[in-house]
Amino acid sequence: MNSTAHPSTLAHHFDTLEQQRESASLGMWVFLGQEVMFFGGLFLAYLVYRASYPAVFAEASHHLDVVLGGVNTAILIASSLTMALAVYGAQTGKRNMLILFLVATMILGLAFLGIKAVEYHHKYEDKLIPGLGFSYPGPHGRQAQLFFGLYFAMTGMHALHMVIGIALLVWLIKDARTGRFTPDYHSHIENFGLYWHFVDIVWIFLFPLLYLIGLH
Amino acid sequence: MSIFVAPSIPVETQEHYLNNDYGIRSWLLTRDHKRIALLYLASITLFFFLGGFFAVLIRLELLTPQGDMVQAETYNKLFTMHGVIMIFFFLIPSIPATLGNFLVPLMVGAKDLAFPRINLLSWYIYVVGGLFTLGAVLVGGVDTGWTFYTPYSTTYSNGYVIATGVGAFITGFSSILTGLNFIVTIHKMRAPGLTWFRLPLFIWAQYAASIIMILGTPVIAITLVLLALERAFHIGIFDPAFGGDPVLFQHLFWFYSHPAVYIMVLPGMGVISELISCFARKYIFGYHFVAFSSLGIAVLGFLVWGHHLFVSGQSVYAGLIFSILSFLVAIPSAIKVFNWTATLYKGSISYQSPMLYAFGFVGLFTIGGLTGLFLASIGLDVHVHDTYFVVAHFHYIMVGGTLMAYLGGMHFWWPKMTGRMFPEGWAKFSALVVFVGFNLTFLPQFILGYLGMPRRYHAYPEEFQVLNVMSSAGASILGVGYVIPMIYFIWSLKYGALASPNPWGATGLEWRTPSPPPPENFKEIPVVNEGPYEYSIREIKVV
Repeated sequence: MNSTAHPSTLAHHFDTLEQQRESASLGMWVFLGQEVMFFGGLFLAYLVYRASYPAVFAEASHHLDVVLGGVNTAILIASSLTMALAVYGAQTGKRNMLILFLVATMILGLAFLGIKAVEYHHKYEDKLIPGLGFSYPGPHGRQAQLFFGLYFAMTGMHALHMVIGIALLVWLIKDARTGRFTPDYHSHIENFGLYWHFVDIVWIFLFPLLYLIGLH
Repeated sequence: MSIFVAPSIPVETQEHYLNNDYGIRSWLLTRDHKRIALLYLASITLFFFLGGFFAVLIRLELLTPQGDMVQAETYNKLFTMHGVIMIFFFLIPSIPATLGNFLVPLMVGAKDLAFPRINLLSWYIYVVGGLFTLGAVLVGGVDTGWTFYTPYSTTYSNGYVIATGVGAFITGFSSILTGLNFIVTIHKMRAPGLTWFRLPLFIWAQYAASIIMILGTPVIAITLVLLALERAFHIGIFDPAFGGDPVLFQHLFWFYSHPAVYIMVLPGMGVISELISCFARKYIFGYHFVAFSSLGIAVLGFLVWGHHLFVSGQSVYAGLIFSILSFLVAIPSAIKVFNWTATLYKGSISYQSPMLYAFGFVGLFTIGGLTGLFLASIGLDVHVHDTYFVVAHFHYIMVGGTLMAYLGGMHFWWPKMTGRMFPEGWAKFSALVVFVGFNLTFLPQFILGYLGMPRRYHAYPEEFQVLNVMSSAGASILGVGYVIPMIYFIWSLKYGALASPNPWGATGLEWRTPSPPPPENFKEIPVVNEGPYEYSIREIKVV
């Protein structure tokens, strides 16, 4: 193998760019596999207690803001679109399009977190945060605390993933501006896209399970 | 057979991964899987002797029936720290992070793991998690047992549960990243001609263990998060007063922690397959069965966690199913043992030190596995649950199995890793000492448990003293057996004879490159055109 066959974007231990790209992609899918199991533990706990206390969970769910949750769902779905467009921009070598849609994705992600913060603040004012003066009217206050405990654990873990995603976006935007990504070399963008879509999908499950169970 | 010919220039003048760069930065910022393996080796050895120190204190206390050396609370902390350190910081990373890190790229004919930076990151994550746990030990320790059972851990314990849990949580990600790296490397970076069924069985075992790391470890991570939230904020998830269920914690905990046993033992089984084939000079018997039994163990291992909950109020039907499934997981393990035995049949066996450890493994693992069947039987488990029978059983698997394999593997690949030979006489002697010491330590514990001595107490009725003294005496012999290799391994770094590329005359790509290997592992990427253990079709020279 001579130096012309080993471009600068190819790490020393890979033979071809294709091998490098496939490895990165497989690595991301394996990582998402562990993410599924990570959130799986939370979903299992939710399932157990939802099955145990369906009425209390439905009632407690009324205390969540369906409008804000719905807007956030729309925002996240939109951010998945912008992310997919950013990947398209990277694949086709349109640097401005890539940067534009990465920034759009980041703004939508920040908007989601902003709205989430507003919701959390409302819960604080309503004394619905376990451990911070939780009080819930009626005889089922304790089981309702279980619901809100799960709500904060699940949406909190999701929000943490969003924060990490936005931090990664900052780094990707910085690199995209230097022209690092080309149609031959943009695994970072593609794999970040996978991560972002995964975090969206988690929310697509969280929204009905937490917000909509009382509406029927 | 030109591939096995010794290099013409002396080893010490060649560039290899140890002399291509010097200084602390070249170690702390290295991305070479071989150096990272040594970083792991140093750190897990440290934790091994720390965990061993706690074991010494436990065995000292149990010399006498009275709880006279330490108080009950201190004793609780001792066995907790012993368990936490040995499991999370030694056994789980032991073979994968050291031998696996070093050997996976070499065995598949690659220049490095797929993600060298992530590999280094995993070591740093391990160190940070370890420091968290060490911090918890220094400020007062934790007394819940390594299982962190609720509600004791969430409500009543005065120990540093959250700090220890955070340490285990963080360290879990180092094992996830190691598993991820192995899976991608094995899929994507195999040398030309190295098909799946030409892979060494060590690779199959690492692959199966990696699957468990990827699918199991995140579950313990989220469980520890929930445990910390419960303890800090009382969200109620494991508290019956809020409608929560402490047994849910046990389910989540064992969903990882039972498969974790296979994270520990599968790589060990991989080592044994290499050793037995090499020192019997035969192709491994039933290659496909051994390979697929690793995957079988990985899959079935996820379906047996309920056998830890036979007396936890689990439904009797669930108990029956888990009992049957636990019997099933014995099948792939037995397949391995029978195939190793069949490999020995009519082999030209040489009794060199790695092989002595392999023999030890097969015997001790078999005892550990068969007593596991006792525990999988519900009726018998009710009798011996939480007794020393259980303690003896899992030590036969984890110490008699994993640790024997780890030591066997360290002896086998030490010349490759360091370029130096160790004193073979001392190595044989220490293998014997470990075997005798181990059995003297843990065989009496089977009897103690069967007679009804519960685990986790610092005092016991006087009629148990003789067996406990035997156990403590065995533990001190075992300790000597661990210190001897430590000494001669370090000694060999400076004074050991220079190792040739292939001192055991073994097959496998790692023996086709100099000892120690060059930074890029191979001068030329090897091309593979045969199976992994072709000992019988031609003579392989010791060079």
